[in-house]
Amino acid sequence: MKIIACIKQVPDSEAKVKAEGGQVTWGDAPLVINPFDEYAVEGALQQKEAVGGTVTALCIGPESAREALKHALAMGADEAILVSDPALTEIDSVAAARVLAAAIKKVGDADMIVFGRQTLDNGSGLTTAQVARVLGLPLLGLAGQIKVEEGSVRVERVIEEGRVTVSARMPVVLSVVQSIGEPRYPSFMGIRKASKANIPVWSLADLGVEAPATVVKRTELMNPPVDETKVEMITGETPEAIAEALVEKILAEKVL
Amino acid sequence: MKTFVYVDHFKGEIQPASWEAIGLGKTLGSVSAVVFGSGVDDVVKAAFEYGADEVFVADDPALADFRAEPYASTFSALASAQSPDLILFPITARTRELAAMSAVDLNTGVLTDISAVEMEGDKLVATRPIYEGKVLEKTVCSAKPVMASIRPRFFPKPERDESKSGTATKVEVKSEALTTVEGYSASEAAVNLGDAPVIVSGGRGVSNNPSLTPPDGMDEKDAEVWRAHQGFALIGELANVLGGAVGASRAAVDGGYIPYAHQVGQTGKVVTPDLYIACGISGAIQHLVGMRNSKVVVAINKDADAPIFTQARYGVVGDLFKIVPALTAEFKKKLGK
Repeated sequence: MKIIACIKQVPDSEAKVKAEGGQVTWGDAPLVINPFDEYAVEGALQQKEAVGGTVTALCIGPESAREALKHALAMGADEAILVSDPALTEIDSVAAARVLAAAIKKVGDADMIVFGRQTLDNGSGLTTAQVARVLGLPLLGLAGQIKVEEGSVRVERVIEEGRVTVSARMPVVLSVVQSIGEPRYPSFMGIRKASKANIPVWSLADLGVEAPATVVKRTELMNPPVDETKVEMITGETPEAIAEALVEKILAEKVL
Repeated sequence: MKTFVYVDHFKGEIQPASWEAIGLGKTLGSVSAVVFGSGVDDVVKAAFEYGADEVFVADDPALADFRAEPYASTFSALASAQSPDLILFPITARTRELAAMSAVDLNTGVLTDISAVEMEGDKLVATRPIYEGKVLEKTVCSAKPVMASIRPRFFPKPERDESKSGTATKVEVKSEALTTVEGYSASEAAVNLGDAPVIVSGGRGVSNNPSLTPPDGMDEKDAEVWRAHQGFALIGELANVLGGAVGASRAAVDGGYIPYAHQVGQTGKVVTPDLYIACGISGAIQHLVGMRNSKVVVAINKDADAPIFTQARYGVVGDLFKIVPALTAEFKKKLGK
């Protein structure tokens, strides 16, 4: 089975991200593989182990995004491909989906294409469904469990209302959620292999496509209003006294 | 402006933010509601009562279960024929997929998770969070129709007027399907954190009640989970009195204390209730980004240095197993329950 795991590189979750001079900045915080995409790589590796095959990690990004792909390789992916082109710096999700779809076709013969549920940067969570739509493939979104049998994939889709069992014939496009299982740590051998890996870079010309139109554009960046209120500590002799004082404060807020 | 509002429901249970979307659409012009499903007369009726000027309905057994492909094809064909200026969705797992696919079909884009809109001339400018809410962006879509999904509880919900009614216009169903829905279980009990006005959350501290003695024969891990269940029962009682939902930190979910559906935070649900009570949650950054936009935050923790207090309006340093039941009793008294 040929599996493609699509990943992105984002600033580390601990980073102090700010709007500064019309740009998003994160100081010297490291760029890492999008945490949700680690689950995508994990899900892909689980399926490789269950039914055999290969895992290709695929990423759109600048040269620096190689590091995210190396993380996927160190986890156990067999190969990695970076799609990089100056025309791809400010693209919307539909444009990204069209480029990814072209790259997935160029990789060729994929049976399963796995995404994380969303990215930490833009966070729109649209790309998976859009790649499925562009490729005309079935979408199995928000999978918490994946089972492959006889050319079909059955997933437990985790939504707010519960779990829905959904199946489709391969090839399929999937997104995974955390219940898939904690992403494995890169092994020492994996890290060594990744550091030596040759990661090809594909431009739009290599994919044979023009830069797709981008219609969603940012017009302004802002820092969220800072909450100036300092915490007011509630104390009392007994739990009952504390509760009485706290309830009075909460009721005075008129939020109930 | 001609606005379409997709009314999202799960087996007839309507996402309340659908009505907030109708309310937003009415401030911009006319609103047509769109209802898909099988046996959805009640949803159509409610859409009129919440103020839709007209309703388009696709009521067909092929649409009984949400599947992105037939829903998107039916929706895209309707939008192509009717040419709305704006399409609004309440944000859910379903509408994220539906809007995403229709945007591909209609060669447009989706502004997701928006919390505010303004008109600049005839251009709609939406505000949305990026980088886990650490930064906000204003964003526009230059193609038509503009598609946008709204965060729950950011736009006012219109009053329901039961005297309003109308006749829905039937929509042609595109039933080609690529996936099969085989079953459903509500095992991870329906938890709607996004819409809850009050959330009471528990963290790792919920398993730390030393005064409880677990039943004989339990190993250490089982005893920890058993203790946590007793702790979450107290949290559930408080949530119940306040008409709220139960949330949890990632540590509590990872510890097996409570299902993932309850998780608040970066890898769970981002919530903005009117009142958020954090019990035994230290406040890892990944939790804080998920709840810091709540209106009033109350933190109860044994550790006075816990980061959760930096986000709280009111704090109590103390034993949650004593404070939470006392709060429940006091609220019962004051709220007359």
